[in-house]
Amino acid sequence: MALVSVKDLHKSFGELEVLKGIDLEIEAGEVVSIIGRSGSGKSTLLRCLNQLERHDWGTIHLADQRLDGGAMSPGELSQNVGMVFQSFNLFPHKTVIENVMLAPLVVKQTPRDEARRIAEQVLDKVGMLEKIDAYPAQLSGGQQQRVAIARALAMNPKVLLCDEVTSALDPELVGEVLRVLEDLAREGMTLILVTHEMKFARDVSHRVVFMHQGRIHESGDPQTLFTRPETPELSQFIASVL
Amino acid sequence: MTLDFSTLLPYTDVILEGLVTTLWLTVVTTAAGIALAILVAYVRDGSPTGTRAVISRLLGGYVEIVRNTPFIVQLFFLYFGLPALGVPISATAAALLAMILNLGAYTAEILRAGIDSTLKGQHEAARALGLSRRQSFRHVVLVPAFSRVYPSLISQCIIVMLGSAVVSQISVFDLTYAANFIQSRNFRGFEVYLVVTLIYLLLAVGLRLAFEFVGRRLFAFRQGGSS
Repeated sequence: MALVSVKDLHKSFGELEVLKGIDLEIEAGEVVSIIGRSGSGKSTLLRCLNQLERHDWGTIHLADQRLDGGAMSPGELSQNVGMVFQSFNLFPHKTVIENVMLAPLVVKQTPRDEARRIAEQVLDKVGMLEKIDAYPAQLSGGQQQRVAIARALAMNPKVLLCDEVTSALDPELVGEVLRVLEDLAREGMTLILVTHEMKFARDVSHRVVFMHQGRIHESGDPQTLFTRPETPELSQFIASVL
Repeated sequence: MTLDFSTLLPYTDVILEGLVTTLWLTVVTTAAGIALAILVAYVRDGSPTGTRAVISRLLGGYVEIVRNTPFIVQLFFLYFGLPALGVPISATAAALLAMILNLGAYTAEILRAGIDSTLKGQHEAARALGLSRRQSFRHVVLVPAFSRVYPSLISQCIIVMLGSAVVSQISVFDLTYAANFIQSRNFRGFEVYLVVTLIYLLLAVGLRLAFEFVGRRLFAFRQGGSS
């Protein structure tokens, strides 16, 4: 039984059909990288998975529970699917620990002591424990992104969605964020990443999904996919990014 | 012409009484007006539907009426108009109500500018974390929005404090009323209004400093960063 199961997902923005029928199954503990040109629909697919975008057609199941179409409240959703954004989106007026504690406190109604314990635990995991009282503006981009990962983890989600999480970072800060994701993968976290880091996609993910014009054009294990692409579109894409 | 401030001395307690009235009117108005503005901004935020859309339109009407009519007319309307409708109201209550409604409307618009400039990513992060609209407004949107419009907010509160001089027209015993009262007794208009002008000036400066003091604590997160 797949952890995430997407069936025949369609999504249009006005006249533009961005997703033209996506079927995707992801097992628990799997690390899946979604690659493709901009406009291929990969970010939209990711954003449908936690319902930041409402799709027009199709279903999404998590374990055997329906996730889409209002079947889960935002509170339930956030405890199943976490998300990390390209632009971090930390809350600027809250310290690191306050950022991480907020959702457990107000959404899950976790007691304050417990929320703090959880926050310290996840901040330790991303190596940000010594900065818990800093404000986001006082941190580097890499540090902010690691806090954002911790903030998502604090809700103890079953799946973590990462939307181009290193794209806004200076090159020298990319490594620290990818290392955190690698650790999470090793611990068995289910990760779905939209990424431009081809090396990371190849080395860390179990499966790579190549999207093209709103469809899954090709997918498979990273070694095969990168060394022996079956379609000309994927060959071209690989040639253009490597 | 010779200045003679000693003629004011017998009226010290009159000035003090007026000052106390102006002060407490300002403090209560500031607190209640900002609270009202937050409420109005919350209801009008985003694209309201259903009942909220109706209330939102009514609140929009209230904001526009207040912002497009003179304060003194609003004051007279409440003081003379409400009793005519069978709602008895004291001069002080009418003054306080008019000031709160006035500050509330202006501040609601100021605050809305701050709320509208919230980055999309902030809303998305809040939603992804499972926060409801109310939780997101309270915990994510409000404080940064205030921090962005704080200078305008300070100015508006000072305008309302200075504008409170008008309430003397319905015989609320404020600082201006005290000045008029003294002037009508000792006929030393220049001295009286000079002193009262200075007091207003000090009040305005004091109010600004108090706001800035609070702002530095409330918005400490902005130091050393952009946003």
